[in-house]
Amino acid sequence: MQIQQLSIFVENKAGRLAEITELLAKAGVDIRAVSATDTSDFGILRLIVSDPEKAVPLLRAAGMTVSLTSVIAVGMMDVPGAFAKAVRTLADHAINVDYMYAFTSRDMGKACVLLHTSDNDGAVKALQSAGIEVVGAENIYRP
Amino acid sequence: MRFPIHWGCSMFFQKEIETMNRKELEELQLCRLKKMVDYCYNNVPFYHERLNQAGVTGDKIKCLSDIQYIPFTTKDDIRDNYPFGMLAQPMKNIVRIHASSGTTGKPTVGAYTKKDLDNWSDQVARVAVAAGAREDDIFQISFGYGLFTGALGLHYGLEKIGATVIPASSGNTSKQLMMFRDFGVTGLVATPSYALYLGEQLREAGYPAEDYKLRLGLLGSEGCTEKMREQIEATLGLRVTDNYGMTELTGPGVSGECEYRCGLHFAEDAFLPEIIDQDTLEPLEEGKSGELVVTTLLREGMPVLRYRTKDITRITYEPCRCGRTHARMEKVMGRTDDMLIIKGVNVFPSQIESVLIGMEGVGPHYQLVVTRPNFLDQLEVKVELLPSTPLDRYGELEAIQRRVHDRLKSVLGLETKVTLVEPKSLERFQGKAKRVLDLRGQ
Ligand SMILES: [Zn+2]
Repeated sequence: MQIQQLSIFVENKAGRLAEITELLAKAGVDIRAVSATDTSDFGILRLIVSDPEKAVPLLRAAGMTVSLTSVIAVGMMDVPGAFAKAVRTLADHAINVDYMYAFTSRDMGKACVLLHTSDNDGAVKALQSAGIEVVGAENIYRP
Repeated sequence: MRFPIHWGCSMFFQKEIETMNRKELEELQLCRLKKMVDYCYNNVPFYHERLNQAGVTGDKIKCLSDIQYIPFTTKDDIRDNYPFGMLAQPMKNIVRIHASSGTTGKPTVGAYTKKDLDNWSDQVARVAVAAGAREDDIFQISFGYGLFTGALGLHYGLEKIGATVIPASSGNTSKQLMMFRDFGVTGLVATPSYALYLGEQLREAGYPAEDYKLRLGLLGSEGCTEKMREQIEATLGLRVTDNYGMTELTGPGVSGECEYRCGLHFAEDAFLPEIIDQDTLEPLEEGKSGELVVTTLLREGMPVLRYRTKDITRITYEPCRCGRTHARMEKVMGRTDDMLIIKGVNVFPSQIESVLIGMEGVGPHYQLVVTRPNFLDQLEVKVELLPSTPLDRYGELEAIQRRVHDRLKSVLGLETKVTLVEPKSLERFQGKAKRVLDLRGQ
Protein backbone atom coordinates (compact mmCIF):
# COMPACT_ATOMS: atom_id res chain seq x y z
CA MET A 1 0.00 0.00 0.00
CA GLN A 2 3.01 2.23 -0.03
CA ILE A 3 3.77 4.83 -2.58
CA GLN A 4 7.23 5.68 -3.87
CA GLN A 5 7.93 9.35 -3.47
CA LEU A 6 10.88 11.12 -5.07
CA SER A 7 12.97 13.13 -2.64
CA ILE A 8 15.28 15.51 -4.43
CA PHE A 9 17.99 17.63 -2.87
CA VAL A 10 17.85 21.18 -4.22
CA GLU A 11 20.04 24.12 -3.52
CA ASN A 12 18.21 27.39 -3.43
CA LYS A 13 19.31 28.47 -6.84
CA ALA A 14 17.13 30.30 -9.29
CA GLY A 15 15.73 28.08 -12.00
CA ARG A 16 16.56 24.75 -10.37
CA LEU A 17 12.89 23.90 -9.82
CA ALA A 18 12.07 24.76 -13.42
CA GLU A 19 14.93 22.57 -14.65
CA ILE A 20 13.74 19.58 -12.67
CA THR A 21 10.12 19.85 -13.71
CA GLU A 22 11.01 20.44 -17.35
CA LEU A 23 13.28 17.42 -17.33
CA LEU A 24 10.43 15.25 -16.09
CA ALA A 25 7.95 16.74 -18.54
CA LYS A 26 10.25 16.06 -21.46
CA ALA A 27 10.45 12.39 -20.46
CA GLY A 28 6.68 12.19 -20.23
CA VAL A 29 6.68 11.79 -16.44
CA ASP A 30 3.58 13.37 -14.95
CA ILE A 31 3.74 15.12 -11.59
CA ARG A 32 0.82 14.27 -9.28
CA ALA A 33 1.80 16.08 -6.10
CA VAL A 34 4.52 18.43 -4.93
CA SER A 35 5.88 19.53 -1.60
CA ALA A 36 8.98 21.49 -0.78
CA THR A 37 10.73 22.13 2.49
CA ASP A 38 13.60 24.52 2.64
CA THR A 39 15.99 26.50 4.72
CA SER A 40 18.07 29.39 3.50
CA ASP A 41 20.63 27.06 1.90
CA PHE A 42 18.90 24.02 0.55
CA GLY A 43 15.71 22.08 0.59
CA ILE A 44 14.14 18.78 -0.26
CA LEU A 45 11.67 18.67 -3.06
CA ARG A 46 9.17 15.83 -2.71
CA LEU A 47 7.31 14.66 -5.76
CA ILE A 48 4.72 12.01 -6.47
CA VAL A 49 5.03 11.16 -10.15
CA SER A 50 3.45 8.78 -12.60
CA ASP A 51 6.61 6.72 -13.05
CA PRO A 52 9.10 7.02 -10.17
CA GLU A 53 11.35 4.19 -11.41
CA LYS A 54 11.91 6.05 -14.64
CA ALA A 55 12.41 9.43 -12.97
CA VAL A 56 15.22 8.40 -10.60
CA PRO A 57 17.92 7.51 -13.16
CA LEU A 58 16.85 10.49 -15.23
CA LEU A 59 17.41 12.93 -12.39
CA ARG A 60 20.61 11.25 -11.21
CA ALA A 61 22.03 11.50 -14.70
CA ALA A 62 21.32 15.21 -14.49
CA GLY A 63 23.53 15.36 -11.40
CA MET A 64 20.95 15.37 -8.66
CA THR A 65 20.79 13.64 -5.31
CA VAL A 66 17.51 11.81 -5.43
CA SER A 67 16.12 8.94 -3.43
CA LEU A 68 12.89 7.01 -3.28
CA THR A 69 11.01 7.25 -0.03
CA SER A 70 7.92 5.27 0.91
CA VAL A 71 4.85 7.26 1.91
CA ILE A 72 1.23 6.33 2.39
CA ALA A 73 -1.79 8.03 0.86
CA VAL A 74 -4.98 8.48 2.83
CA GLY A 75 -8.20 9.22 0.98
CA MET A 76 -10.23 12.00 2.63
CA MET A 77 -13.96 12.36 2.51
CA ASP A 78 -14.86 16.02 2.33
CA VAL A 79 -16.63 16.05 5.72
CA PRO A 80 -15.66 17.78 8.97
CA GLY A 81 -13.53 15.60 11.26
CA ALA A 82 -12.31 13.18 8.59
CA PHE A 83 -8.71 14.25 8.84
CA ALA A 84 -8.84 14.56 12.63
CA LYS A 85 -9.95 10.95 12.85
CA ALA A 86 -6.99 9.78 10.77
CA VAL A 87 -4.42 11.65 12.81
CA ARG A 88 -6.01 10.56 16.08
CA THR A 89 -5.82 6.93 14.94
CA LEU A 90 -2.11 7.25 14.27
CA ALA A 91 -1.51 9.00 17.58
CA ASP A 92 -3.33 6.24 19.42
CA HIS A 93 -0.94 3.74 17.86
CA ALA A 94 2.08 5.86 18.83
CA ILE A 95 2.96 6.45 15.19
CA ASN A 96 4.63 9.79 14.48
CA VAL A 97 4.00 11.77 11.33
CA ASP A 98 7.28 13.18 9.99
CA TYR A 99 5.68 15.29 7.32
CA MET A 100 2.57 15.38 5.15
CA TYR A 101 1.08 17.15 2.21
CA ALA A 102 -2.16 16.95 0.33
CA PHE A 103 -3.44 17.04 -3.22
CA THR A 104 -6.76 16.69 -4.94
CA SER A 105 -7.19 14.35 -7.81
CA ARG A 106 -9.97 15.07 -10.27
CA ASP A 107 -10.09 11.41 -11.25
CA MET A 108 -10.51 10.18 -7.71
CA GLY A 109 -12.85 13.01 -6.91
CA LYS A 110 -11.48 13.62 -3.46
CA ALA A 111 -8.57 14.96 -1.48
CA CYS A 112 -5.65 12.73 -0.69
CA VAL A 113 -3.13 13.25 2.11
CA LEU A 114 0.38 11.85 1.73
CA LEU A 115 2.07 10.91 4.97
CA HIS A 116 5.56 9.88 5.92
CA THR A 117 5.42 8.26 9.33
CA SER A 118 7.70 6.57 11.79
CA ASP A 119 6.04 3.25 10.88
CA ASN A 120 4.34 3.19 7.50
CA ASP A 121 3.28 -0.47 7.67
CA GLY A 122 1.77 0.02 11.10
CA ALA A 123 0.02 3.16 9.92
CA VAL A 124 -1.63 1.36 7.01
CA LYS A 125 -2.96 -1.36 9.33
CA ALA A 126 -4.18 1.09 11.93
CA LEU A 127 -5.94 3.33 9.44
CA GLN A 128 -7.60 0.48 7.59
CA SER A 129 -8.91 -1.12 10.76
CA ALA A 130 -10.35 2.26 11.73
CA GLY A 131 -12.21 2.25 8.40
CA ILE A 132 -10.11 4.95 6.81
CA GLU A 133 -9.29 4.52 3.14
CA VAL A 134 -5.66 4.00 2.27
CA VAL A 135 -5.17 4.63 -1.42
CA GLY A 136 -3.01 2.15 -3.35
CA ALA A 137 -0.07 3.08 -5.51
CA GLU A 138 -1.84 2.14 -8.75
CA ASN A 139 -4.49 4.78 -8.09
CA ILE A 140 -1.92 7.43 -7.38
CA TYR A 141 0.53 6.85 -10.25
CA ARG A 142 -2.17 6.19 -12.86
CA PRO A 143 -5.58 7.29 -11.67
CA MET B 1 62.34 -7.65 18.00
CA ARG B 2 59.60 -8.06 15.45
CA PHE B 3 59.60 -6.32 12.12
CA PRO B 4 56.46 -5.13 10.35
CA ILE B 5 54.61 -7.72 8.30
CA HIS B 6 56.31 -8.98 5.17
CA TRP B 7 59.60 -7.33 6.04
CA GLY B 8 62.58 -9.46 6.88
CA CYS B 9 65.14 -6.83 7.79
CA SER B 10 66.15 -3.33 6.83
CA MET B 11 67.73 -3.16 3.41
CA PHE B 12 69.76 -0.41 1.87
CA PHE B 13 70.75 0.49 -1.63
CA GLN B 14 73.85 2.44 -0.59
CA LYS B 15 74.26 1.47 3.03
CA GLU B 16 77.51 3.30 3.60
CA ILE B 17 76.04 6.67 2.63
CA GLU B 18 72.61 6.06 4.09
CA THR B 19 73.92 5.12 7.52
CA MET B 20 76.95 7.43 7.63
CA ASN B 21 77.39 9.00 11.05
CA ARG B 22 76.09 12.54 11.23
CA LYS B 23 79.43 14.18 11.84
CA GLU B 24 80.92 12.70 8.69
CA LEU B 25 77.76 13.43 6.77
CA GLU B 26 77.82 17.07 7.79
CA GLU B 27 81.49 17.36 6.83
CA LEU B 28 80.63 15.91 3.46
CA GLN B 29 77.73 18.36 3.09
CA LEU B 30 79.88 21.34 4.02
CA CYS B 31 82.55 20.35 1.55
CA ARG B 32 79.99 19.88 -1.21
CA LEU B 33 78.15 23.10 -0.33
CA LYS B 34 81.33 25.18 -0.63
CA LYS B 35 82.06 23.61 -3.99
CA MET B 36 78.47 24.08 -5.13
CA VAL B 37 78.47 27.79 -4.30
CA ASP B 38 81.59 28.33 -6.37
CA TYR B 39 80.28 26.11 -9.14
CA CYS B 40 77.08 28.20 -9.39
CA TYR B 41 79.06 31.44 -9.19
CA ASN B 42 81.32 30.38 -12.03
CA ASN B 43 78.75 28.79 -14.33
CA VAL B 44 75.35 30.43 -13.90
CA PRO B 45 75.17 34.19 -14.63
CA PHE B 46 72.06 34.46 -12.45
CA TYR B 47 73.95 33.08 -9.41
CA HIS B 48 77.05 35.06 -10.29
CA GLU B 49 75.10 38.23 -9.88
CA ARG B 50 73.15 37.10 -6.80
CA LEU B 51 76.20 35.84 -4.95
CA ASN B 52 78.12 38.98 -5.83
CA GLN B 53 75.37 41.11 -4.36
CA ALA B 54 75.33 39.02 -1.19
CA GLY B 55 79.13 38.90 -1.04
CA VAL B 56 79.15 35.11 -0.61
CA THR B 57 81.80 32.77 -1.99
CA GLY B 58 82.57 29.15 -1.19
CA ASP B 59 85.43 29.91 1.16
CA LYS B 60 83.26 32.28 3.22
CA ILE B 61 81.08 29.31 4.17
CA LYS B 62 82.73 27.98 7.31
CA CYS B 63 79.92 25.88 8.70
CA LEU B 64 76.58 24.59 7.48
CA SER B 65 74.60 27.34 9.18
CA ASP B 66 76.47 29.89 7.06
CA ILE B 67 74.11 28.79 4.34
CA GLN B 68 71.76 31.48 5.65
CA TYR B 69 73.93 34.12 3.94
CA ILE B 70 73.15 32.67 0.53
CA PRO B 71 70.17 34.31 -1.18
CA PHE B 72 67.06 32.22 -1.81
CA THR B 73 66.02 30.97 -5.23
CA THR B 74 62.31 31.05 -6.02
CA LYS B 75 60.12 29.51 -8.66
CA ASP B 76 59.83 32.97 -10.20
CA ASP B 77 63.61 33.14 -10.55
CA ILE B 78 63.55 29.89 -12.48
CA ARG B 79 60.63 31.07 -14.57
CA ASP B 80 62.33 34.40 -15.31
CA ASN B 81 65.29 32.48 -16.66
CA TYR B 82 63.17 30.23 -18.86
CA PRO B 83 64.14 28.10 -20.63
CA PHE B 84 67.90 27.59 -20.12
CA GLY B 85 69.11 30.56 -18.07
CA MET B 86 69.65 28.42 -14.95
CA LEU B 87 71.83 25.84 -16.69
CA ALA B 88 75.39 25.45 -15.48
CA GLN B 89 76.52 23.33 -18.39
CA PRO B 90 76.58 23.84 -22.16
CA MET B 91 73.89 21.96 -24.05
CA LYS B 92 76.41 19.44 -25.36
CA ASN B 93 76.71 18.09 -21.81
CA ILE B 94 72.97 17.99 -21.19
CA VAL B 95 71.46 14.62 -22.02
CA ARG B 96 67.87 15.04 -20.81
CA ILE B 97 65.31 17.76 -20.37
CA HIS B 98 62.18 17.49 -18.24
CA ALA B 99 59.57 20.08 -17.48
CA SER B 100 56.75 20.42 -15.01
CA SER B 101 53.57 21.86 -16.39
CA GLY B 102 52.89 25.27 -15.01
CA THR B 103 49.34 26.05 -13.97
CA THR B 104 50.15 29.60 -14.96
CA GLY B 105 52.47 30.53 -17.79
CA LYS B 106 55.67 28.77 -18.75
CA PRO B 107 56.69 25.32 -17.54
CA THR B 108 59.59 24.81 -15.14
CA VAL B 109 62.50 23.20 -16.94
CA GLY B 110 64.97 20.69 -15.53
CA ALA B 111 68.20 19.80 -17.37
CA TYR B 112 70.38 16.79 -16.60
CA THR B 113 73.91 15.72 -17.40
CA LYS B 114 74.87 12.02 -17.61
CA LYS B 115 76.17 12.21 -14.07
CA ASP B 116 72.91 13.84 -12.91
CA LEU B 117 70.89 10.95 -14.32
CA ASP B 118 73.18 8.47 -12.62
CA ASN B 119 72.87 10.23 -9.25
CA TRP B 120 69.14 10.63 -9.70
CA SER B 121 68.54 6.94 -10.30
CA ASP B 122 70.67 6.15 -7.21
CA GLN B 123 68.47 8.45 -5.14
CA VAL B 124 65.28 6.85 -6.43
CA ALA B 125 66.77 3.39 -5.93
CA ARG B 126 67.40 4.25 -2.26
CA VAL B 127 63.80 5.35 -1.79
CA ALA B 128 62.52 2.19 -3.51
CA VAL B 129 64.68 -0.15 -1.45
CA ALA B 130 63.83 1.73 1.76
CA ALA B 131 60.15 1.19 0.90
CA GLY B 132 60.78 -2.54 0.54
CA ALA B 133 61.35 -2.98 -3.20
CA ARG B 134 63.63 -5.87 -4.23
CA GLU B 135 65.10 -7.09 -7.48
CA ASP B 136 62.43 -9.75 -7.91
CA ASP B 137 59.63 -7.17 -7.81
CA ILE B 138 57.61 -6.33 -10.90
CA PHE B 139 56.67 -2.66 -10.92
CA GLN B 140 53.93 -1.15 -13.02
CA ILE B 141 54.54 2.55 -13.57
CA SER B 142 51.15 4.16 -13.97
CA PHE B 143 52.37 7.72 -13.90
CA GLY B 144 51.96 9.54 -17.19
CA TYR B 145 55.29 9.41 -19.03
CA GLY B 146 56.47 12.41 -21.02
CA LEU B 147 58.00 15.59 -19.69
CA PHE B 148 56.99 14.84 -16.12
CA THR B 149 59.90 13.63 -13.94
CA GLY B 150 57.85 11.08 -11.98
CA ALA B 151 57.60 8.27 -14.50
CA LEU B 152 61.15 8.23 -15.87
CA GLY B 153 62.58 8.99 -12.44
CA LEU B 154 61.01 5.89 -10.89
CA HIS B 155 61.62 3.93 -14.07
CA TYR B 156 65.41 4.22 -13.99
CA GLY B 157 65.61 4.01 -10.22
CA LEU B 158 63.70 0.72 -10.16
CA GLU B 159 65.71 -0.70 -13.04
CA LYS B 160 68.83 0.18 -11.11
CA ILE B 161 67.88 -2.12 -8.24
CA GLY B 162 67.16 -4.86 -10.75
CA ALA B 163 63.37 -4.80 -10.45
CA THR B 164 61.27 -5.43 -13.55
CA VAL B 165 59.65 -2.28 -14.88
CA ILE B 166 56.41 -2.11 -16.89
CA PRO B 167 56.08 1.37 -18.39
CA ALA B 168 52.28 1.30 -18.40
CA SER B 169 51.76 5.06 -18.21
CA SER B 170 48.40 6.34 -16.95
CA GLY B 171 44.95 5.72 -18.40
CA ASN B 172 43.19 2.70 -19.85
CA THR B 173 42.13 1.35 -16.49
CA SER B 174 40.93 -2.07 -17.60
CA LYS B 175 44.30 -2.73 -19.22
CA GLN B 176 46.05 -1.59 -16.04
CA LEU B 177 44.04 -4.11 -14.04
CA MET B 178 44.62 -6.83 -16.60
CA MET B 179 48.39 -6.31 -16.42
CA PHE B 180 48.30 -6.38 -12.63
CA ARG B 181 46.96 -9.91 -12.87
CA ASP B 182 48.52 -11.31 -16.03
CA PHE B 183 52.04 -10.02 -15.37
CA GLY B 184 51.96 -10.79 -11.66
CA VAL B 185 52.67 -7.17 -10.76
CA THR B 186 53.95 -6.72 -7.20
CA GLY B 187 54.51 -2.96 -7.13
CA LEU B 188 52.58 0.06 -8.30
CA VAL B 189 53.90 3.53 -9.04
CA ALA B 190 51.09 6.08 -9.38
CA THR B 191 49.59 9.23 -7.95
CA PRO B 192 47.52 8.55 -4.83
CA SER B 193 44.34 9.61 -6.58
CA TYR B 194 44.94 7.29 -9.51
CA ALA B 195 45.81 4.44 -7.15
CA LEU B 196 42.57 5.12 -5.30
CA TYR B 197 40.69 4.98 -8.56
CA LEU B 198 42.38 1.75 -9.66
CA GLY B 199 41.52 0.24 -6.29
CA GLU B 200 37.87 1.21 -6.62
CA GLN B 201 37.73 -0.25 -10.11
CA LEU B 202 39.36 -3.46 -8.95
CA ARG B 203 36.78 -3.75 -6.19
CA GLU B 204 33.92 -3.00 -8.53
CA ALA B 205 35.08 -5.57 -11.04
CA GLY B 206 34.94 -8.03 -8.15
CA TYR B 207 38.23 -9.74 -8.96
CA PRO B 208 39.35 -12.16 -6.26
CA ALA B 209 42.27 -10.80 -4.23
CA GLU B 210 44.26 -14.03 -4.61
CA ASP B 211 44.62 -13.31 -8.34
CA TYR B 212 46.85 -10.38 -7.45
CA LYS B 213 50.33 -10.22 -6.04
CA LEU B 214 50.44 -6.47 -5.38
CA ARG B 215 52.41 -5.69 -2.23
CA LEU B 216 54.04 -2.29 -2.61
CA GLY B 217 52.77 1.11 -3.68
CA LEU B 218 55.30 3.87 -4.31
CA LEU B 219 52.97 6.80 -4.55
CA GLY B 220 53.89 10.39 -5.07
CA SER B 221 53.63 13.64 -7.01
CA GLU B 222 50.62 14.82 -5.02
CA GLY B 223 49.55 14.82 -1.41
CA CYS B 224 48.17 11.66 0.15
CA THR B 225 46.19 11.88 3.36
CA GLU B 226 46.19 9.07 5.93
CA LYS B 227 42.59 8.19 5.05
CA MET B 228 43.43 7.99 1.39
CA ARG B 229 46.40 5.79 2.14
CA GLU B 230 44.24 3.44 4.20
CA GLN B 231 41.66 3.24 1.46
CA ILE B 232 44.28 2.50 -1.21
CA GLU B 233 45.88 -0.18 0.94
CA ALA B 234 42.53 -1.80 1.64
CA THR B 235 41.36 -1.90 -1.98
CA LEU B 236 44.64 -2.83 -3.69
CA GLY B 237 46.05 -4.98 -0.91
CA LEU B 238 49.43 -3.30 -0.90
CA ARG B 239 51.53 -1.22 1.44
CA VAL B 240 51.87 2.42 0.50
CA THR B 241 54.94 4.57 1.02
CA ASP B 242 55.29 8.21 0.18
CA ASN B 243 58.15 9.84 -1.69
CA TYR B 244 58.92 13.43 -2.46
CA GLY B 245 60.65 15.50 -5.08
CA MET B 246 60.13 18.12 -7.76
CA THR B 247 61.54 19.04 -11.14
CA GLU B 248 63.36 22.07 -9.71
CA LEU B 249 65.34 19.69 -7.47
CA THR B 250 65.72 16.81 -10.01
CA GLY B 251 62.46 14.91 -9.49
CA PRO B 252 61.40 12.08 -7.18
CA GLY B 253 64.14 10.76 -4.90
CA VAL B 254 64.72 13.89 -2.84
CA SER B 255 63.17 12.09 0.12
CA GLY B 256 61.17 8.95 0.79
CA GLU B 257 59.70 6.85 3.56
CA CYS B 258 61.46 3.81 4.94
CA GLU B 259 59.61 0.70 6.13
CA TYR B 260 58.74 2.41 9.43
CA ARG B 261 56.89 5.23 7.69
CA CYS B 262 57.85 7.78 10.32
CA GLY B 263 58.91 10.55 8.00
CA LEU B 264 60.65 10.79 4.63
CA HIS B 265 64.44 10.38 4.69
CA PHE B 266 66.26 12.98 2.62
CA ALA B 267 69.12 11.95 0.38
CA GLU B 268 71.13 14.31 2.54
CA ASP B 269 74.42 13.79 0.73
CA ALA B 270 72.78 15.31 -2.35
CA PHE B 271 70.16 17.68 -0.92
CA LEU B 272 70.70 20.02 1.98
CA PRO B 273 67.35 20.80 3.61
CA GLU B 274 66.38 23.74 5.80
CA ILE B 275 63.12 24.92 7.32
CA ILE B 276 62.40 28.63 7.32
CA ASP B 277 59.59 30.81 8.54
CA GLN B 278 57.72 31.59 5.33
CA ASP B 279 57.04 35.16 6.42
CA THR B 280 60.24 36.31 8.09
CA LEU B 281 62.43 33.93 6.00
CA GLU B 282 64.45 33.21 9.15
CA PRO B 283 65.76 29.66 9.66
CA LEU B 284 63.68 27.71 12.17
CA GLU B 285 65.04 25.33 14.77
CA GLU B 286 64.69 21.56 14.48
CA GLY B 287 61.13 20.30 14.82
CA LYS B 288 59.38 23.57 13.99
CA SER B 289 57.19 23.51 10.91
CA GLY B 290 57.74 25.98 8.13
CA GLU B 291 58.69 26.19 4.49
CA LEU B 292 61.13 23.62 3.17
CA VAL B 293 64.18 25.09 1.45
CA VAL B 294 66.59 22.81 -0.40
CA THR B 295 70.08 23.25 -1.84
CA THR B 296 71.28 20.69 -4.36
CA LEU B 297 74.79 19.48 -3.51
CA LEU B 298 75.60 17.34 -6.52
CA ARG B 299 73.55 18.60 -9.40
CA GLU B 300 75.56 19.63 -12.48
CA GLY B 301 73.03 20.54 -15.16
CA MET B 302 70.81 22.81 -13.14
CA PRO B 303 72.00 23.36 -9.60
CA VAL B 304 69.85 25.39 -7.22
CA LEU B 305 70.86 27.18 -4.05
CA ARG B 306 68.32 27.50 -1.25
CA TYR B 307 65.31 26.76 -3.40
CA ARG B 308 62.05 27.73 -1.70
CA THR B 309 59.78 24.74 -2.28
CA LYS B 310 56.66 26.42 -0.84
CA ASP B 311 55.93 23.12 0.89
CA ILE B 312 55.23 23.21 4.59
CA THR B 313 56.78 20.48 6.70
CA ARG B 314 59.23 19.95 9.54
CA ILE B 315 62.46 18.05 9.90
CA THR B 316 63.93 15.78 12.54
CA TYR B 317 67.55 14.65 12.78
CA GLU B 318 66.75 11.96 15.36
CA PRO B 319 68.15 8.54 14.41
CA CYS B 320 65.56 6.28 12.79
CA ARG B 321 64.87 2.67 13.76
CA CYS B 322 65.77 1.61 10.21
CA GLY B 323 69.39 2.60 10.77
CA ARG B 324 69.43 5.51 8.33
CA THR B 325 71.05 8.63 9.72
CA HIS B 326 69.68 11.01 7.11
CA ALA B 327 67.18 13.59 8.31
CA ARG B 328 63.48 12.90 7.99
CA MET B 329 60.81 15.33 6.91
CA GLU B 330 57.19 14.97 7.84
CA LYS B 331 54.68 14.37 5.08
CA VAL B 332 54.06 17.72 3.45
CA MET B 333 51.26 19.42 5.36
CA GLY B 334 50.40 21.80 2.57
CA ARG B 335 51.69 24.53 0.33
CA THR B 336 52.43 28.05 1.47
CA ASP B 337 50.34 29.04 -1.56
CA ASP B 338 47.34 27.13 -0.27
CA MET B 339 47.67 27.89 3.39
CA LEU B 340 44.89 29.99 4.81
CA ILE B 341 45.10 31.85 8.05
CA ILE B 342 41.65 32.03 9.55
CA LYS B 343 41.20 33.70 12.92
CA GLY B 344 44.93 33.19 13.36
CA VAL B 345 44.74 29.44 12.75
CA ASN B 346 46.67 27.84 9.89
CA VAL B 347 44.34 25.86 7.66
CA PHE B 348 45.43 23.64 4.79
CA PRO B 349 42.99 22.39 2.18
CA SER B 350 44.56 18.93 2.59
CA GLN B 351 43.21 18.78 6.15
CA ILE B 352 39.72 19.39 4.89
CA GLU B 353 40.14 16.73 2.25
CA SER B 354 41.22 14.23 4.88
CA VAL B 355 38.02 14.86 6.81
CA LEU B 356 35.75 14.53 3.78
CA ILE B 357 37.29 11.35 2.44
CA GLY B 358 36.15 9.41 5.48
CA MET B 359 32.64 10.83 5.72
CA GLU B 360 29.42 9.10 4.74
CA GLY B 361 26.97 10.84 2.48
CA VAL B 362 29.35 13.38 0.98
CA GLY B 363 31.98 13.26 -1.76
CA PRO B 364 35.65 14.26 -1.48
CA HIS B 365 35.35 17.46 -3.52
CA TYR B 366 35.07 20.76 -1.78
CA GLN B 367 35.33 24.48 -2.14
CA LEU B 368 36.43 26.86 0.57
CA VAL B 369 35.01 30.34 0.76
CA VAL B 370 36.56 32.75 3.21
CA THR B 371 34.73 35.94 4.07
CA ARG B 372 34.99 38.55 6.78
CA PRO B 373 31.53 39.69 7.83
CA ASN B 374 31.76 42.15 10.75
CA PHE B 375 35.57 41.96 10.73
CA LEU B 376 35.53 38.32 11.77
CA ASP B 377 36.87 35.60 9.48
CA GLN B 378 34.38 33.01 8.43
CA LEU B 379 35.21 29.79 6.62
CA GLU B 380 32.50 28.19 4.56
CA VAL B 381 33.12 24.64 3.37
CA LYS B 382 30.99 23.59 0.44
CA VAL B 383 30.70 19.83 0.02
CA GLU B 384 28.83 17.72 -2.46
CA LEU B 385 26.16 15.28 -1.42
CA LEU B 386 26.53 11.86 -3.01
CA PRO B 387 23.85 11.08 -5.62
CA SER B 388 22.54 8.17 -3.55
CA THR B 389 22.38 9.79 -0.11
CA PRO B 390 18.98 8.93 1.38
CA LEU B 391 16.64 11.89 1.76
CA ASP B 392 13.96 10.25 3.86
CA ARG B 393 14.01 12.95 6.43
CA TYR B 394 15.23 16.49 6.37
CA GLY B 395 16.96 15.78 9.66
CA GLU B 396 19.30 13.35 7.91
CA LEU B 397 20.75 16.17 5.85
CA GLU B 398 21.19 18.24 8.97
CA ALA B 399 22.89 15.28 10.61
CA ILE B 400 25.36 15.01 7.71
CA GLN B 401 26.03 18.73 7.95
CA ARG B 402 26.60 18.45 11.66
CA ARG B 403 28.93 15.47 11.36
CA VAL B 404 31.11 17.27 8.82
CA HIS B 405 31.10 20.38 10.97
CA ASP B 406 32.09 18.49 14.11
CA ARG B 407 34.88 16.56 12.40
CA LEU B 408 36.25 19.75 10.86
CA LYS B 409 36.15 21.41 14.23
CA SER B 410 38.19 18.68 15.86
CA VAL B 411 40.73 18.59 13.01
CA LEU B 412 41.07 22.34 12.37
CA GLY B 413 40.14 23.71 15.76
CA LEU B 414 37.81 26.13 14.02
CA GLU B 415 34.12 26.80 13.61
CA THR B 416 33.09 26.43 9.97
CA LYS B 417 29.90 26.82 8.08
CA VAL B 418 29.19 23.62 6.16
CA THR B 419 27.06 23.95 3.05
CA LEU B 420 25.75 20.93 1.20
CA VAL B 421 25.59 21.30 -2.56
CA GLU B 422 24.36 19.11 -5.38
CA PRO B 423 26.56 16.27 -6.67
CA LYS B 424 29.14 17.22 -9.28
CA SER B 425 28.22 20.89 -8.97
CA LEU B 426 31.66 21.98 -7.72
CA GLU B 427 34.27 22.50 -10.35
CA ARG B 428 36.69 19.60 -10.74
CA PHE B 429 40.22 20.90 -10.41
CA GLN B 430 43.11 19.24 -12.12
CA GLY B 431 46.24 18.63 -10.08
CA LYS B 432 47.45 21.29 -7.76
CA ALA B 433 45.05 24.09 -8.65
CA LYS B 434 43.11 25.99 -6.06
CA ARG B 435 39.86 25.20 -4.37
CA VAL B 436 39.87 28.34 -2.32
CA LEU B 437 37.89 31.52 -2.74
CA ASP B 438 39.25 34.17 -0.41
CA LEU B 439 36.91 37.16 -0.41
CA ARG B 440 38.31 38.87 2.66
CA GLY B 441 39.93 41.61 0.65
CA GLN B 442 36.57 42.61 -0.78
ZN1 LIG C 1 63.94 5.15 8.60
